[in-house]
Amino acid sequence: MPPEDPWAKLRTATRARIGLGRAGDAMKIADVLDFQFAHAKARDAVHAKLDVAALKAAIPGAIEVYSEAESREVYLRRPDLGRRLHPDCADKLHAGEYDAVFVIGDGLSATAVMQNAVPMYEAVAARLKGFKIAPVVIATQARVALGDDIGEALGAKLCAVLIGERPGLTVSDSLGIYLTYDPRRGTKDSARNCISNVHAHGGLSYDAAGDMLAWLMREALRRKLTGVGLKEASGLEAPAAMAALEG
Amino acid sequence: MLLACASARRSGDELAGLAAVSDAQRVAARAALADVPLTVFLEEPLIPYETDEVTRLIFDRHDAEAFKPVSHLTVGGLRDWLLSYEADTATLTKLAPGLTPEMVAAVSKLMRNQDLISVARKCSVVKKFRNTIGLPGRLSSRLQPNHPTDDVRGIAAATLDGLLYGSGDAVIGINPATDSVQNCISLLDMLDGLRQRYDIPTQTCVLTHVTNAIEVMNAGGAMDLVFQSIAGSEAANAGFGINLNILREAREAALSLKRGTIGNDLMYFETGQGAALSADAHFGLDQQTIETRAYAVAREFSPLLVNTVVGFIGPEYLYDGKQIIRAGLEDHFCAKLMGVPMGCDVCYTNHAEADQDDMDTLMTLLTAAGVSFVIAVPGADDVMLNYQSLSYHDILYLRSVFGVRLAPEFEVWLEKMDMVDHAGRMRLATPQNKALKRLISEHRDAA
Repeated sequence: MPPEDPWAKLRTATRARIGLGRAGDAMKIADVLDFQFAHAKARDAVHAKLDVAALKAAIPGAIEVYSEAESREVYLRRPDLGRRLHPDCADKLHAGEYDAVFVIGDGLSATAVMQNAVPMYEAVAARLKGFKIAPVVIATQARVALGDDIGEALGAKLCAVLIGERPGLTVSDSLGIYLTYDPRRGTKDSARNCISNVHAHGGLSYDAAGDMLAWLMREALRRKLTGVGLKEASGLEAPAAMAALEG
Repeated sequence: MLLACASARRSGDELAGLAAVSDAQRVAARAALADVPLTVFLEEPLIPYETDEVTRLIFDRHDAEAFKPVSHLTVGGLRDWLLSYEADTATLTKLAPGLTPEMVAAVSKLMRNQDLISVARKCSVVKKFRNTIGLPGRLSSRLQPNHPTDDVRGIAAATLDGLLYGSGDAVIGINPATDSVQNCISLLDMLDGLRQRYDIPTQTCVLTHVTNAIEVMNAGGAMDLVFQSIAGSEAANAGFGINLNILREAREAALSLKRGTIGNDLMYFETGQGAALSADAHFGLDQQTIETRAYAVAREFSPLLVNTVVGFIGPEYLYDGKQIIRAGLEDHFCAKLMGVPMGCDVCYTNHAEADQDDMDTLMTLLTAAGVSFVIAVPGADDVMLNYQSLSYHDILYLRSVFGVRLAPEFEVWLEKMDMVDHAGRMRLATPQNKALKRLISEHRDAA
């Protein structure tokens, strides 16, 4: 009879890799490979390319733009360039009387965007009856603050950026949403609201995130603000994702 | 700026527009820096004395008497002298208060990795609270049992796991997911209960903001160590919501609790290259020089523990394994030379060009350099902060390969708990293991 695993009950209390065995001082091969597989998936998510054609097919009328970071390597080294709209893209964006624009950006996980961005957008759009919404903008090599340039160019009152969060070993396809009132270059991160952890592995569902986001967007328009003031009003917490996903 | 150009290549200096534009310029800058007399650093502060309290601290605390033996040297001359046989442990210990961070940062830029290792190894910084950290031939570890929702059972399970590997002699320290006073008090209660139940000669900590720590102490929380992230300029520290007076106030409050049994070193600081730049408070200094100024802040408060979070800050500051390894060795060397008890969070994020092979290299080099402690988490995977540090297993590897031992008081405790075999190795935590059975059954009863 195999001995009882004394860790079985404790494992229900944490996702941490507790109670691993040992090969001498080292981890056992199964645990080493399990870790390497998780890391590889996270790395692949960071370096995956956004399938812009597929996104455009799913969202008719979407506009494609890119930041000043010309490659993933530059993007990782120079967050400042990922926050700026490339000048070549400026004439793709025409100002209008928009309440809001949705920006779908690759961020640090194109995988997260491909998995979650379209159903997330559809979930929130269905909750925004009466809103004048600009054409969706698909942005590559994008940081959160790229939405400021885009929102400003379109003259939108609100900009909601749906963006891939920095992958962890447990979840490599988590989507974050950043909402900014009166978006313009130089907006401080404290003036945004964040909904993080939208994913299908026990994270926030599209419906739950859609309810939160639609509420935030209506209140932001009514109060003419986003950020700390709105967060306190809603009782929402913007957790570690704000720090994890450098604006 | 000569110092920035002389720095080994790193993405943070490139981001700030301070890096050398070519490899040849970098070496030329080093050659020029080698000829700069050390006294220059005492004449001209890099950040003005009038507007920066860290600069004032550095100048006001400078010990001219201790500086005398090297006062005639250039930066290059100091490098050669540090490597000489004459510069032994006792000499370097006496010298520490005579060196400013800028001198130390400057000389480190002229040193290869092996120089950083061999000089750091000669430095001795010993600190005490409930046990002794930093003795020669010893390596301690912080047991970091983080949990994404601060679940007390999950944290206790990860703590138990680490103790069975002999981890936790530096501190059992939690990064809380929710940084509130009430949450901090309950986590501290749990850790303190665990420590007392098993009579573990170590200290516990919840890494909350120092202003929360003061409130926790006022409310009677079980606070052993006061934690704070610090940086190398007054403005960068303001970005962390702190200044020197707040740190003084918190330290005084913690000292008055008299919780240390064999010593009163009770501050715990974290630092890391890139912190000042990310707060836009680097004053045109390269990230390694301003990082070193944070060690002057640390030194002021006689900390038990300090660690650089070297690979945590991201690839825009340290791009890949090579940059992380170099920065880890620099941070350790600079702190030790200044008399600061430096440890390291040997770690990386998933968007950096680094993996476990790089961490193997860095932890091996740091142990050769005599690092005071490293951080360990279950299976190298921090499920709260979403990055990778060392595993409990890695600590066993370092002990085996280098023969480095635990803090002496903790070592005695493990023997008493029958967790060590006749060869001094941690017993395998099989289901038959007596210590494991006892710990787990007691833990179940308690939970």
